[in-house]
Amino acid sequence: MSELIISGLHVEVETEDGPKEILKGVDLELRNGEVHAIMGPNGSGKSTLAYSIAGHPKYHITSGSVRLDGQELTGLSVDERAKAGLFLAMQYPIEVPGVSVANFLRTAKTALSGEAPKVRTWVKDVNAALERLGLDPSFSSRSLNEGFSGGEKKRNEIVQLEVLNPKFAILDETDSGLDIDALRIVSEGVNRYMESGDHGVLLITHYTRILNYVHPDFVHVFVDGRVVTEGGAELADHLEEEGYDRFIQLAKA
Amino acid sequence: MTESHLHPEASWELKDHPIPTGKEEIWRFTPLAPLAPLFAGVPRSEKRLHWVGPLPDGVTHDCYSLAECVAAGGQAPFDRIAAVAVASDKAAYIDFPAGLVLDEPYVMDVEAPAGVYYQNLNLVIGARAKLTVVLRHRGQATYGELLNVIVGEGAEVNFVSVQDWDAGSVHAGQHSFTIGKDAQVKSVTATLGGSLVRLMETASFTAPGGQLEQFGIYFADAGQFLEHRLFVDHNQPNTVSNVDYRGALQGEGARSVWVGDVLIRKQAENINTYESNKNLLLTDGCRADSVPNLEIETGEIQGAGHSSTTGRFDDEQLFYLRSRGIPETEARRLVVHGFFADIIRRIGVPEVEQRLLAEVERELEQVDLSPTPASLEQGIEEK
Ligand SMILES: Nc1ncnc2c1ncn2[C@@H]1O[C@H](COP(=O)(O)OP(=O)(O)OP(=O)(O)O)[C@@H](O)[C@H]1O
Ligand SMILES: [Mg+2]
Repeated sequence: MSELIISGLHVEVETEDGPKEILKGVDLELRNGEVHAIMGPNGSGKSTLAYSIAGHPKYHITSGSVRLDGQELTGLSVDERAKAGLFLAMQYPIEVPGVSVANFLRTAKTALSGEAPKVRTWVKDVNAALERLGLDPSFSSRSLNEGFSGGEKKRNEIVQLEVLNPKFAILDETDSGLDIDALRIVSEGVNRYMESGDHGVLLITHYTRILNYVHPDFVHVFVDGRVVTEGGAELADHLEEEGYDRFIQLAKA
Repeated sequence: MTESHLHPEASWELKDHPIPTGKEEIWRFTPLAPLAPLFAGVPRSEKRLHWVGPLPDGVTHDCYSLAECVAAGGQAPFDRIAAVAVASDKAAYIDFPAGLVLDEPYVMDVEAPAGVYYQNLNLVIGARAKLTVVLRHRGQATYGELLNVIVGEGAEVNFVSVQDWDAGSVHAGQHSFTIGKDAQVKSVTATLGGSLVRLMETASFTAPGGQLEQFGIYFADAGQFLEHRLFVDHNQPNTVSNVDYRGALQGEGARSVWVGDVLIRKQAENINTYESNKNLLLTDGCRADSVPNLEIETGEIQGAGHSSTTGRFDDEQLFYLRSRGIPETEARRLVVHGFFADIIRRIGVPEVEQRLLAEVERELEQVDLSPTPASLEQGIEEK
């Protein structure tokens, strides 16, 4: 039994005019075996939530907590949070010139598990993960994300998810910029990850298309730095038809 | 012929190169005191360095007079130290005959004990030869040199120079490529050790069609001064140059200078050039100067550009790596490693690539990359 509990999370960013509050009290509870979708208008703070949980230095948590299986994450460094079992697939994965995908994955796996992966099976495992995500094995010797197309970067995030096998994964618009086949391939990757039953996913998206493949147990509507409504998969369909307007009014009220 | 305002005129005559005062454009960054013995010159002596390993089959070695040296068509000295090297040392020639293909790199090891030395070395590479030469400097010398690499028509040459001196060494010199018709030259300069290293690296063409790629890496530690001055003279049409130098600096007083001068002469139509320099400041207290210069005398070119950046670690890169569980120190190591590997992998000679990557690893082992207290991020404030 695993759980990721976010409660009363308030987050600020530093701006030219001083600190600005972006997250205004977020409460979310994820348990293993569950897929939670977060949908909300541009600028509502979805990526801020993802980055804050992962520990990006730009975001200052002013109050609230994030607990993974009882362990408070907010005081931990970025890598310690990953070690605790957290993974963030980024909306805009970063390019790291000269660091090969293979070297990166091996270094990360070694850091997470405390021992170097077995040479015999490792290359095979990485290549198999690449292949499952429709990436040629030659990607393992390429510089991390450098020169990757938008879709290839997103696939590469899911390759990492499969190889590093965290307890909880936050996927920030992993479905954006994917072609029709890639959307299916990436969704299958997420579903494979969920198969074991002891993992959970927080899936940030603008589109219901991915939710046809990755079935959410819960849908949260995110407006102006907080969750304004929660429901089941049917909530996503309502949003698709009606838009966010009603919820934006609700948030203002 | 117009001379670039960027450079003093080259000359074989020592009297044309007065001892610099430090006010000259080409000397303005360099600490001159450690170079004093190299400016002064020593009487010609038998005190020479042994660097020639077994020569590959077909390759010959000889000594030339100054007149023969001039006739061979190498680049005359641009500065006092190269001129002193010419005046103080017999010109050594290594001849790589036309059509020679070397499967293995030819490695020259300069292993210098303490003392003042000069070297006037000429590598003459015949037409259509294909080879890799590695020139490796080690030891404790104060070392002044002129190196001419004269490349024949259609030849393909990889030239690697590694400055791997002990602490306290001083090395200043000129490395010049004279590139023949349709020849392809790739040079790699790796400057890692020595208290003061100052290399003037020049290139010019004797006919159209030549292609030049120059890669460089340098790693300046506390108290080290490393200067690379590049000068590509596009004096022939349809020639190409691409310069990419990367430096990392760490520790109090670590200094680097990179100057990239490119001159596109009136006759050099349809040329293409790009030069880039990137510096990574790993700690406080170090300084990198980076000065690209383009002087264009004709508009009829394919392209000309340059870029220069000097900065610290990219927080987004570190965050990305750390979000996968990689600890901060390890993440920094990975980024610096990648910064250099990005250049090294373009060399295309696996043996050389592996050796340089190992050198970078060795440098990195000596650096403290652990985060300073200020860069440790804050956890949640106490409520
Ligand atoms: N440095 C900053 N200065 C001012 N505002 C900022 C700063 N950084 C972030 N913000 C604001 O924070 C808000 C939340 O941004 P965030 O990226 O979390 O939104 P999002 O919900 O992920 O949007 P999208 O759907 O477009 O990805 C935005 O309005 C953004 O402009
Ligand atoms: Mg976002």
